[in-house]
Amino acid sequence: MKRVYVNEEWCLGCHLCEYNCAFANSNEDDMILACKDKSLDARITIEDRDDGVHFAVNCRECKDPLCLKSCIAGAIFRDGDMIRIDKDRCVLCYSCIMACPYGALRPTKEKVMGKCELCTDNGRKTPACVEGCPNKAIVFEER
Amino acid sequence: MEYVIIGNSYAALGCINGIRSVDKTSHITMITKEHYPSYARPVISYVLCGKAKEENIYLRPQEFYEENNITVLTDSEVVQINPEAHLLKLSNGNDVSYDKLLIATGSSPFIPPMKGLENVKDKFSFMTLDDMKSVEKAVNKKKNVLIIGAGLIGLKAAEGLLERVKSITVVDLAPRVLPSILDEEASKIVQKELEDKGIKFHLGCSASEFKENSAILTTNEEISFDVLILAVGVRPNIKLAKDAGIECGRGIIVDDMSRTSSPDIYAAGDVCEQKELTLKENRIIAIIPNATLQGETAGVNMAGEEKHFTNPVAMNAIGFFGSHIITAGTYTGEAEVISDESFYKKFFIKDDKLKGFILMGRAVDRAGIYTAVVRNETSLSSIDWNTLKEKPSLAAFALKERKSMLAKEV
Repeated sequence: MKRVYVNEEWCLGCHLCEYNCAFANSNEDDMILACKDKSLDARITIEDRDDGVHFAVNCRECKDPLCLKSCIAGAIFRDGDMIRIDKDRCVLCYSCIMACPYGALRPTKEKVMGKCELCTDNGRKTPACVEGCPNKAIVFEER
Repeated sequence: MEYVIIGNSYAALGCINGIRSVDKTSHITMITKEHYPSYARPVISYVLCGKAKEENIYLRPQEFYEENNITVLTDSEVVQINPEAHLLKLSNGNDVSYDKLLIATGSSPFIPPMKGLENVKDKFSFMTLDDMKSVEKAVNKKKNVLIIGAGLIGLKAAEGLLERVKSITVVDLAPRVLPSILDEEASKIVQKELEDKGIKFHLGCSASEFKENSAILTTNEEISFDVLILAVGVRPNIKLAKDAGIECGRGIIVDDMSRTSSPDIYAAGDVCEQKELTLKENRIIAIIPNATLQGETAGVNMAGEEKHFTNPVAMNAIGFFGSHIITAGTYTGEAEVISDESFYKKFFIKDDKLKGFILMGRAVDRAGIYTAVVRNETSLSSIDWNTLKEKPSLAAFALKERKSMLAKEV
C-alpha cells in the first residue's frame, strides 16, 4: 500500500504540511479561515533537531497496530491496509496515545481521537501534505 | 481442530484473531457466563454519563461470529475442566470437548466481609454490563451514592454517575486515590480535580458497619446513602484452573507463549500472571493491551504456529472529566520529576533504562513514544534522553532508528 514517507534530507522544516493538513481536514474553503489564529488541527507533526534535521511524523498505518490493540472501545479498526477510527465509538480515553510508538494520534476539535487517514476521509486523491510540500520531501509511495 | 475459549472479553477476541491468522476455518466455541458476546467492559462508565451509546458497546457485530465459524454460548458457566479427557463440564450438565483451550475468565469483584452489609438493599459492583444496567435502574437525581474504593473502577463509576445522582462520596482505606497507579503528588492532583467537580472523599478509613441506608466509618462518621457501589478490588478467577491441577500463583501462571502448566491449555488476560518486563518477576497485568496481546499469542500457538510475547508491562490511560493521565511500567529506580502548573511528569530510571512513568496534563501528548522506550528496553545512553524527557519526539533517536521507524513499512 502507498504510504506517506518523509525524506528527512530534503525536509526544510517549514511546517507547511501541518497547515495543509489542518486545512484539508477543516471543512473550510479558505486556508486563512482554517488556520489563522487557530490551534492547528493537524495530523502530521514536524520535528526539528538541533543539528538542522527536520522531518514529519504521521500515522504509519502499522501492520501490527498497537493503537488498535489498546483501544478500549473497539473504535480503532482495520479497513484493508488502513487503520481507521470510528468517531461514534471513540470515548477519547487516550489509550491509543498511550500505545502508539510514533506519537501519531491526537484529539481533534470534535473531541474524538484523530490521526492521518491519508486524506481518504476528506475526499482527496493525494494527501494534502504531499501535494503541498515545497521541496517534495514528503512522498506518497509504496516501499 | 476444535478450539474453545472460556471468556468473552479482550483476551478472547485477541485469541480469535490469533487463531484466524493461522487457521481460517476450524470451529471455535466461546463460552461466557454473561448474557452478551464480546463488549467493551470499561466503556460502561461512558454509557452511564452519556458519552457512549449502549448499542456501540459490542466489540463485534453478530455477523462476525457467524462469518468466523464461532459458536457463542452465553449464559453458560464452565464448572469443571478435565485436562486428560479434554472435556469441559457446564453448569447446565452439558459437556464441551476441545483440542485446544484458552482460559480467559478474567477477574471478579472482591468483597471483604463487612459488618451489616446484608442490610443494604441497593448494593452493586461495577464491572459488567449487567452491573451497569442495575446501577442505572437504581439511581436518579435524588439519590446519594456511596462508593467503597478509590481505585480505577470506583472512580470511573463516580465519573459516570456524577451528573445522574444527587451526591457521590468515595471511601477508601488507602490514604489517597488510585494508590496502585499513581504517586502521592499525582494522587493529590486527581483528588483535587474530582473534589472540584463535587465528589466527596473520606480516605484512610473504612466502613466499620453498614445499616440499610448508612455507613459508619472507622472515624466514627456516619454517611447516609441510597445506593452503595463496592469497588474494593478484584481477584482473578482461577478456581477452575486450580481445580484442574493447573499451576497458579495469584493468577494462572503462563509463559511467553501463553501456555499454562497443562498441555493444550492456555490462559490470557486478567486471570493470568506472566513475567513482567521491568521487574522480571511474575505479575498479573490486568490491562486491555496485555489481554489482547496474550490472547493473540495464545491463539497463534493454539493453531500450531509459534509466537512469543516477551515484553508485558502495565500501562494505563486514565481520564476524568476531560483531563488525562498516562502511566506505564513500574516505579522502580531513580525518580525524576519535571513539572509546572500545566503538567506533571515523573520518570523512573534504573540501569540505563526507563522503567516507568507518570504523565499528567499536557504531558500526555505523544506518550506512546515513552511507552515504547519502556517496552523496547531502549538503552537511554543510545538516545538523546535529555531531549526526550523534556518532550516526546522521535528526533531524540539516531538516524538509523529514525529510518527504521519512518522510512519503511512498519
